Amino acid sequence: MTKNILLTGVGGQGTILAAKMLTIGLMEEGYDVKMSEIHGMSQRGGDVTSQVRYSRERVWSPVIEKGTADIIVSFEKMEALRNLDYIRADGTVVVNSEEIPSMTVLTGEEEYAPDVIEELQKTAKKVVVIDASRKAEELGNVKAANVILLGALVQAMGLDDIDWEEIIRKTVKEKFVKLNLKAFAVGKEQMK
Amino acid sequence: MKKLLTGDEAIARGAYEAGVRHASAYPGTPSTEILENIAKYDEIYAEWAPNEKVAMESAIGASMAGVRSMASMKHVGVNVAADPLMTFAYMGVNGGAVIVTADEPGMFSSQNEQDNRNYAKMGKIPMLEPADSQECLDMMKAAFELSETYNVIFMIRMVTRVCHSKSLVECGERQEVPVKEWKPDPMKYVALPAHSRILRVQIEERMKKLAEYSERSSFNHAEINGTKTGVIASGVSYYYAREVFGEEASYLKLGFTNPLPEKMIREFCEKMDRVYIVEEDDPYIEEFCQRLGFEVHGKDTFPPYGEMTPDVLRKSLTGSTLPEVEYDRSKVIRRPPSLCAGCPHRGLFYRLGKRKDIMISGDIGCYTLAAGAPYNAMNSTVCMGASISVGHGAQQAFNRAGVKRKVVTVLGDSTFFHTGVESLINTVYNKSDTVNIILDNRITGMTGHQQNPGSGFTVKMEPAPIIDIEELVKALGIRHVKVIDPNDLAAVDAALDEFLPLKEPSVIITRWPCVLKKFSEADLEEFDGLFSTKDTVDPEKCIGCRACMGTGCPALIFEKEEKKVRINRADCVGCDVCMQVCPVDAITKETGR
Repeated sequence: MTKNILLTGVGGQGTILAAKMLTIGLMEEGYDVKMSEIHGMSQRGGDVTSQVRYSRERVWSPVIEKGTADIIVSFEKMEALRNLDYIRADGTVVVNSEEIPSMTVLTGEEEYAPDVIEELQKTAKKVVVIDASRKAEELGNVKAANVILLGALVQAMGLDDIDWEEIIRKTVKEKFVKLNLKAFAVGKEQMK
Repeated sequence: MKKLLTGDEAIARGAYEAGVRHASAYPGTPSTEILENIAKYDEIYAEWAPNEKVAMESAIGASMAGVRSMASMKHVGVNVAADPLMTFAYMGVNGGAVIVTADEPGMFSSQNEQDNRNYAKMGKIPMLEPADSQECLDMMKAAFELSETYNVIFMIRMVTRVCHSKSLVECGERQEVPVKEWKPDPMKYVALPAHSRILRVQIEERMKKLAEYSERSSFNHAEINGTKTGVIASGVSYYYAREVFGEEASYLKLGFTNPLPEKMIREFCEKMDRVYIVEEDDPYIEEFCQRLGFEVHGKDTFPPYGEMTPDVLRKSLTGSTLPEVEYDRSKVIRRPPSLCAGCPHRGLFYRLGKRKDIMISGDIGCYTLAAGAPYNAMNSTVCMGASISVGHGAQQAFNRAGVKRKVVTVLGDSTFFHTGVESLINTVYNKSDTVNIILDNRITGMTGHQQNPGSGFTVKMEPAPIIDIEELVKALGIRHVKVIDPNDLAAVDAALDEFLPLKEPSVIITRWPCVLKKFSEADLEEFDGLFSTKDTVDPEKCIGCRACMGTGCPALIFEKEEKKVRINRADCVGCDVCMQVCPVDAITKETGR
């Protein structure tokens, strides 16, 4: 049975790095893994989506079909709503409560709806809201929010047999290892 | 050893293992990472060429000289490289040669959706279509072997999802291939009509042999699960089809797609009650099947454009996608890409967009975003380097029709080196009076910061001679040249005021580095106080007029309740463009830094 994970956020939030750590872990565990990425035209400010599929058998398509994601992990709450059509009826949405306005909001052209989380909760079966950016700041660096969310994802998908500590050590710069290990634990805790 | 690689990384790995010694490319999404990864191998000479034609010709020269060589580019890049490619396909190779084309079904970052398999057909160039990263590696190795066996350049046709998707790849060792001896061979290498007429006949023989090989290529294979439904698919479309048609359908997966394996296709179609062709872009395989007399279903069932992802296939076949949750989509805001805070294009376009009675002929780069709000400062974008020549044509037409409209052309430094130089020669030679603006941000920005002939480094980050744009345009005969800081709005206005009335061509070079660039020592030396300050709004002075918002800077936030603008300190890099726009001087530089 192929599992489908959709990670989404805004450029610069570390979505791609989190997806990279995830796929390394899955590969080392012996799963067949495929990952597909779409990032917008600009380097910054656009939305970013990484789709990860894994299975003990062969994975065919690198892209997820709408209505089939087992979990959506969104690094920004509006991006969860944008991609909500990917979730399966009994899927889980893990969402960072951070709000990043787009250019259209900054100029007053559009309004950032105040009830995005409520809309998610109304629609999806299971929604877990994590204040990951604030928690990361408390740990000393807002950038670790992505690893908090990775921790939550690992816990939600029951992937804790994999040696994530080792993967974190291998992927992040040495001076950030401690921070990211703490962040990972915080993320896991949120899902327990 | 197994690695998780993107298709682009696997192409690079394949080049390495195949013993490639020479690789040339011009950056273009989604092909850019191929050369970036090749450049990591010491064994391979790698270079950014100024454009795809030059890259192709560089690879041709290296093949003639006896080494395995390649060129990689995005689909529209092959248009630029098509001239040498079409004739090199007649000549054949000495060292094996491969061209990699990265097509863009769905046009994520391209101006058109052309199907480059048509080039393979037109040029009688054998072609492989990888479905995943493993095939990228395997096909590269096979392509170089076959290129030397059949004496012809091979094409590898990728699509965005193959380029940018990761999957597991079994990596091997590099096979060193000896350099072949170069011998003068005018019959082969001098494309005179008399020689080409002979080669033209030989090509038909070669294609016949390749057609036989295609029948036995391991990249083409049938999986027979039943005879009710058969699916013929090439590249990644095969995987999409597997998701939707499932285990009951039979498949003919095609990877060697020029020439197509006629016998194999006949046998498959004859066995099946109903045959679907799943392929992205044009009905390339479908038309082949129809020519063989089979009634197959392709573009009558699936859309003739875009990606053939599982949801697209499912909707076409069953009338609906899988059930999705219902929610209020009107709450989803748009998140369009925008010029970064501190982008040196901002100041120029903010002022240029205010000019009346001009036409702005644009080009391909981040700056194409100036076509949209709030700048509305670009009236056309066609292809790389077109700004100057399209602008020239328009100016000539306006002038002769008695229309009083000045044309301003705009393009980036890398785009100027790509094909803008010839266009500017035309402007000088044919006496246009356009104002031409070269946005010199010291790097190739949009594709992710590749070096170029003006940046001072090679793809391997070795120091390189810098082509001086100012000296170059002067040498072409442009007498009115100004180099300005685009963040200085008065300087932008002054340059436009001076050059717009001129009756001869002029060039404005806006010189300030891309805010995302990793600055070189030369950058830090040349540009004083590079992005090292912050600007701030005095809320007492701000009257909420939102004039500064017109610059489109993402660091500016309009607080609706207070009716004041605030600057996001984390994003601001102190370019001062908003400061110059504020009518009440509410924006100042942060002090104490």
